This record gives sequence, C-alpha cells and structure tokens, in this order.
Amino acid sequence: MAAEGGAKARDALDALTKVCGDVRPGEPEEGVLGVVPGVVAAPATSAEAAEVMRTAAELGLAVVPRGAETRLDWGAPPARCDVLVDTARLDQVVEHAAGDLVVTAEAGLDTGRLAEVLAERGQRLALDAPLPGSTVGGTIATAAAGPLRLLYGTPRDLVIGLTVIRADGRVARSGGKVVKNVAGYDLGRLFSGSYGTLGLIVEATFRLHPIPAAQAYITCDLTDATRAYEAVQAVLHSPAVPSAVEVVSSSQDGLTLGVLLEGVPEGVAARTEQVSALLGAAGTQVRTAQEPPEWWGAYPDGTTLIDVTAPPSALATLLEHRTEGVSLSWSAAGHGYLGLTPEADPAGTLARVREDLGGRHNGAAVVRYTPEAVRNEIDLWGPVPAFSLMRRVKEQFDPENRLSPGRFVGGL
Amino acid sequence: MESPALQALARRCERLLGTEAVISDPVRLRTYDCDGLTTHRATPGLVVLPESAEQIAAIVRACAEAGIPYVARGSGTGLSGGALPRTDGVLIVTSRMRRILEIDIANRRAVVEPGVINLDVSRAARPYGYYFAPDPSSQQICSVGGNVAENSGGAHCLKYGFTAHHVLACEIVTPDGEITELAAGGPGYDLLGVFVGAEGTLGITTKITVRLTRLPETVQTLLAAFGSIEAGGTAVSAIIGAGMVPAAIEMMDALSIEAAEAAVDCGYPPGAGAVLIVELDGPAAEVEHQFGEVERLCREAGAFEIRVAADDAERALIWKGRKSAFAAVGRISPAYLVQDGVIPRTSLPGVLAGIDALSAESGVRVANVFHAGDGNLHPLVLFDDAEHGAAERAEEVSGKILDLCIEHGGSITGEHGVGVDKSRYMPRMFTETDLDTMQMVRCGFDPAGLCNPGKVFPTPRLCGEVPGFRKGVHPLVEQGKAEQF
Repeated sequence: MAAEGGAKARDALDALTKVCGDVRPGEPEEGVLGVVPGVVAAPATSAEAAEVMRTAAELGLAVVPRGAETRLDWGAPPARCDVLVDTARLDQVVEHAAGDLVVTAEAGLDTGRLAEVLAERGQRLALDAPLPGSTVGGTIATAAAGPLRLLYGTPRDLVIGLTVIRADGRVARSGGKVVKNVAGYDLGRLFSGSYGTLGLIVEATFRLHPIPAAQAYITCDLTDATRAYEAVQAVLHSPAVPSAVEVVSSSQDGLTLGVLLEGVPEGVAARTEQVSALLGAAGTQVRTAQEPPEWWGAYPDGTTLIDVTAPPSALATLLEHRTEGVSLSWSAAGHGYLGLTPEADPAGTLARVREDLGGRHNGAAVVRYTPEAVRNEIDLWGPVPAFSLMRRVKEQFDPENRLSPGRFVGGL
Repeated sequence: MESPALQALARRCERLLGTEAVISDPVRLRTYDCDGLTTHRATPGLVVLPESAEQIAAIVRACAEAGIPYVARGSGTGLSGGALPRTDGVLIVTSRMRRILEIDIANRRAVVEPGVINLDVSRAARPYGYYFAPDPSSQQICSVGGNVAENSGGAHCLKYGFTAHHVLACEIVTPDGEITELAAGGPGYDLLGVFVGAEGTLGITTKITVRLTRLPETVQTLLAAFGSIEAGGTAVSAIIGAGMVPAAIEMMDALSIEAAEAAVDCGYPPGAGAVLIVELDGPAAEVEHQFGEVERLCREAGAFEIRVAADDAERALIWKGRKSAFAAVGRISPAYLVQDGVIPRTSLPGVLAGIDALSAESGVRVANVFHAGDGNLHPLVLFDDAEHGAAERAEEVSGKILDLCIEHGGSITGEHGVGVDKSRYMPRMFTETDLDTMQMVRCGFDPAGLCNPGKVFPTPRLCGEVPGFRKGVHPLVEQGKAEQF
C-alpha cells in the first residue's frame, strides 16, 4: 500500500514538474489536518495553475488548495491529498482601477498587502481579516469576514468577478469588473465558503469602498444578558448607521459591547454623541476611542471554534450558553462565534446550542476547528438544508470527487 | 392547446388547484404572451394561478413527469423576456401569492410570498422606520419573486446593493418538485447566492426572507444642469473620487430631457446638455457635510444651475423626469429599444463618444439615461416601427452599444437580465467554458432542463455528460437534436 502510494507520488511529481516550476514532495508537517500531501505544487501564474489542475485530472489526483494556512485546519480532513496546490506565488495585484473602485487580485495575495496597496489610493476592501496574513483566495473559500459584515456583508457581497480552474483544468470566469452586472450565474457567491471543493480559485475582482475620513469605537461594559440584548437593539434601530455592532464575553460575567461608526469627522462626532446617549441611558460607563479595542474582530479563545448564523435576536439565547470555558463574540448582523476550552464540554455545548438555535431561531452552528478527538465524535456541520442539491452541484463540478474530497458538508 | 400531454396536464392542474385557477382558454392565454419586453411574444400552452408552495410543487412534479417545460412569472414587468412563456409549456403565475407573512423588526427582516409587490414590503415596514431597499423603477407593480429571479437593482443600488444583498433566505420548489430552503450563511454551499439572479432557471421561489433597512434620518437631493454630458461626467468622477457613496447618481442627456419635458413637464433647466440627480441619505450630520461638497464639485465641473429639493414634494419633482424617461421617449419616437449595458465608470466619456459616433453613422437616434454612479447605461434606441428595416437598424445599433460596453470591460446587462433578449450576446462576454461552467449549476438543479428553458444561455448544456472528459458523441448530438460545445 505504502509502495503503491509512493509510486503514485513519484508519477505525480514527475508529471507536475513538467508543467510547473515549483514542485516538490510534501513534508509531514504540511499535512492538512494530518493528511500529508504527496506533492506540493506552487504555480506562478494562472496558466501554470491550470496545467497543474489538468495534469492532476489526467492522473486522477486529489487536489487541496492552500493559501497562507490560516484556516487550513478548518473543516474536515481531506479523504485524500495527492497534490497540495500552494497559491503563495499567485500574489499579484492584477489591476487596481481606483476610479472605478474595483480591484483584481490573485488568490495567493495577502489581504494585508492588498489593504496597503488600496490604502495608497484611499480605498479598502471592506472585509476584516480576523486572522492576519490570510490570502484573497482563502478568504473567499472560507467566506471569512469580521465586524464590518453588518454594513458591508461578507465575501459573497463584495466579490464581483471570479476566475477559477475547474477540476478538468479549464479556466472559467464569472461576473466581471463592474459592480452592477447580472449577466450569467454568479459563481462568485457559489464559491464563497466552498472550501476548495468546487475548483481552484486563482483570481478575484472585488468592489471597493473609500476609507472613511473618521472613525470611532464606542464601547461599554454590560452586566447582564438582557441589558446587552437591549443595548444592541437600541443601536441597531437608531438612525446612526453603525458599520459594526459587536458583543463579546470572555467569561460568565463580563459582557462588552462595541459600536463602530465611520464617516466624515463632523458626522462621526455627532453620531458618537447619539450612540453614547443611547448606551449611557442604561446607566453604563461609555468609552470612545479612535482605535479599535484589542478584542475587536478576533475570534474568541479556545481550542474549539463554533460559527453561528442566526437572526440578531438569537443573541439572548446564545448568552444563555455562557458557561465556564465558553467565550463569545457576536455581530448584530446575525453571526457569531463561540470559543470553547476543552473543559467546556465542546460536544455537549454544541448539541445544546444547536438544539436551541434550531428550535427557537432557525439558526445554524458549524464547528470550524476542534481537537481531533472531539471531531471524531461530533458532526461538524449539523443539519444541512438542501443538501441533495449541494451534492448534485458538487458532482457536476467535481464528478471524480478529487477536489478537497471530504473537506466539506456531508463528506463533499 | 392541441397537445394531448398539455390537455392531460390541464385536467390534472384543475384537480390540484380548482378549475378557476387554471386558464386554457386561448383568448385569456394570450394576455400572458409577453412580459415587459413586448418584442418577444409566445402564447403559453397553459396558465396556472397557484396559491401555495405545495400547489407549485405539485404542478412542477406533474410537469416533470410529463416532460413539459414551465416558466414562473410574477407581475410580468421584466425587460429581458425572462418570463416569456413557452407555447408547449405551463406558465406558473404567482400573483395570488401576495401575503406578507411576517414583519420582524427586532431582526430587521420580513417574510413574504413571491407575488408580493416590491413597494408593499416598504409600505408595511415604514411604520416601524424600515423599508426594503431594492427599488427597481417598476417597484409599484413588480413582485419580490421577480426581483429574486432577476437580482433587481434600481437607482439606489449604488449605495445599498442589489436584491442579492437583501435576501436572507428563500423557500423554493426545486425542479424535482421538492420544497426546500436556501439560506445565506448556513452550512454548505451558498446556493441562495447563485439562485438569486438565475432568472428563474433553477427553481421557483415560494417564500422570501428579505432584509429590511432602517429609513435614513435625512435625504438630500439636488439637480444639477450642465452644458454637456462630459461636464456632467466630470462631476460624477469628482464626487466618487472625493470618497463619497451617494444613494444615487443619475444622468440624462439632452434628448432624454426633451422627451421627459414633452411627457411630464418636469421643468428641468432649459438649455441643459445633461442633468445630474444626486441623492445623499443617512445620518443628518454626515449628509449635511457631504451635500455641500457635492454642490461645490458640481459647480467646479461647470454646473450652470443647481436646484436643491427643500422637501419630499420637490424631491419627487426632481425625480419625476428621470423616472418617466423610458415611457416619455414614446413622445418623441414611435418605438424604441431600452438597452442596459454597464461600463467601468471611468470609461463613460469614451463610451458616450462611441455611442454618438454609432448614432451619427447609422442615422439612428439614441437618448441616454443612466445610473452614472455605477456605470449602468440605459441608452434608448429610437426608431419608427412603421418604417421598413428601421427596427433591424435599431437592433443593430443596440447590439453595437453592447459591444462597446464589452470592449471597455463592462457587461451586457446591469439589472434587466439576460432572458431571451440577450442570450445571444453572452458568448461575446463569456467563453464557452465560462458558460459551460455556469450551466453545471443548472445541471445540478435541473438536469431535465424543464425549468424556464431557453433563457440566459444561448446553447443548453447536456447534463448527463461528465465535464471535460467526453468520450464519443452524445446520442442527441448524433441525431442532430442538440449541440455540444
């Protein structure tokens, strides 16, 4: 078996070396959740990436994409990983059309580097990077976003064009480089959060926003869940148009609310007063700063991360699950995270959260990462509505089940 | 309705829905022969008026069993023929599904049936200080289900985005006739993201959860008159370049102003080569500051008159000319085509010069109305349908305008959709592989190809085939019944 695998890896190495300038055997420490790749290929161009994918198709190799590894431990381990496609060399800003507020970037580009380039022209991609160093492609593949999701959404809302390499090695584009565009299906949204199971993302075009001239972070500590819920609702329904409203809790008692306001200096000043008054009415001490508090946009601590999607009012329910070893961050957009230490009984907490969310809020809880022992006893994804449609779409895009096989819901 | 299969289906639908919800009388069928794109017509084989998701599922199952194609239709206001019926198929009209099921202010969302009128959602939410942001110009009559199918935009999508950004979940009937829910942000693929804007080719939506948006504290609107389109374009670039995201920036050229004046007497400044409507909304302190900037930038770009709306009535007056522009063109031309190309905003001067040249060369007049903020052009190509060959010439100019848009890196449609009208232009914008890849999604949802067939894509994909590794010729191709890429 090992000899057979070795021969396959050697064949793959030989064939891939002919089409890609940077190919080498995989190292044990490069395992994707423990699954060591046979070969690591780092194409320098989209064309080279297409050749890698075509060669993998010819040889029937399973392919797993890798960006900056910030979320490589998310999801389930791949059933096979013959080739790890490293996007590190696909790191160019292809075009920043500042006048059109649009940028096209390669998949392996560091989102932090992208932000620097855009900032030179006073612009930004309005997505937070909760894990610094994450790439453009990885951000889309995991649908990663932070507090700004309240006003600007997630990758699905900001990707306006996408180039992917299909399982058969062909290059396919959808969307374009204009914001307003309804020509054809929007594969940018389909690929957002698809975990490398539908194709290799090589290039993306994003809608941009101007960097606001001023910003203010308004924070206050709250004593109990009811207060927190009411404060969030008060800010949410005010006309202040916050860019973000976050609630964090790192223990059973402490609860902190943070509101981000962005705009012109005069506007931010006036709105800061408005929001401070709303929060102060609850009798709490309100702080204002131009810089984010240190917890802003970070995932809660813990060895298990649960990703929750539910209506904003589910906050009250989630807060009931704060027990020892459970930290929480919640965006008023209707999305949050629970961070669990091993002592917090991850499997039990997950089951209780799912029952409450599903029953009371039509919400969902997905485990992003957790220790192997926990992973083996739980269902990472929970109930998946429309799964049969998903399976059929996967079968169309990847009929031989070679793209990150088993990484995604229901073994897709 | 000569086909025995359709007759059998009609009887089955009558049993399912009651006779009064099934239309098979030829005269009544003809009233459904087109949507907002009246140049394409086809009398449906059968029309059904279901009242529930279960009824739609039953109809779809019956169609699937009989191999009969079906098309869903909301209010029929679409401008690309997305709801054009099939003579050999069923038209499923959702106009009886008009209940607003829930207004949930705590969660800033509403749940509605697909036939609910766009504006009615906002009317229901307004007492609570909320509204439904997508505002296609047909919003007084178009349905939310249609908005979902077309991913409708509107004048204010520059700031607020399209329907896709405001739909949180859809209950759908799949082409298998099953009822399922697609939601944003849940586990698994973002099927909702691809369903919205798929022009009814992936299934029929039966219940929609939409996001409600807080009504802005302040709205400020101005109208600026310029000597030329170029000057107006300069103002647009300056406003965007200053880091502002107005709620809307609309432009009209001299010919469309002339038409609007003739139709609704909107009283725009005489002698204007272009007018610009700029609307800012949001927190009062923000808007006040930025509005002054907009005025200044318009003057710098050469605006010779600026009118600021003092109240809602004056704002309505400013918008009146713009909102009536399409219909108004009827006053200056017996017939016209509405185009819907998109270009990168910075290409505006080059593309407008190109349209002028096309117009001069062909002798076909073109009035320009556009969502200038996002580069969405609505050139109105004027012609006299009584004149022999005029329609063809207009169609040719219209197509060349799309070529111009594509050359400049734009799109063939910004908000009207592809439908039947533009499927033939899709290969100009996308490669065969691009289109083939999109249709993989369709094959996943609708392998039999019965759900609104013949829309969006110029050539249907054979769903049984494994992509990329075709061995031999598909039997349908051999028989000359289908084409393969």
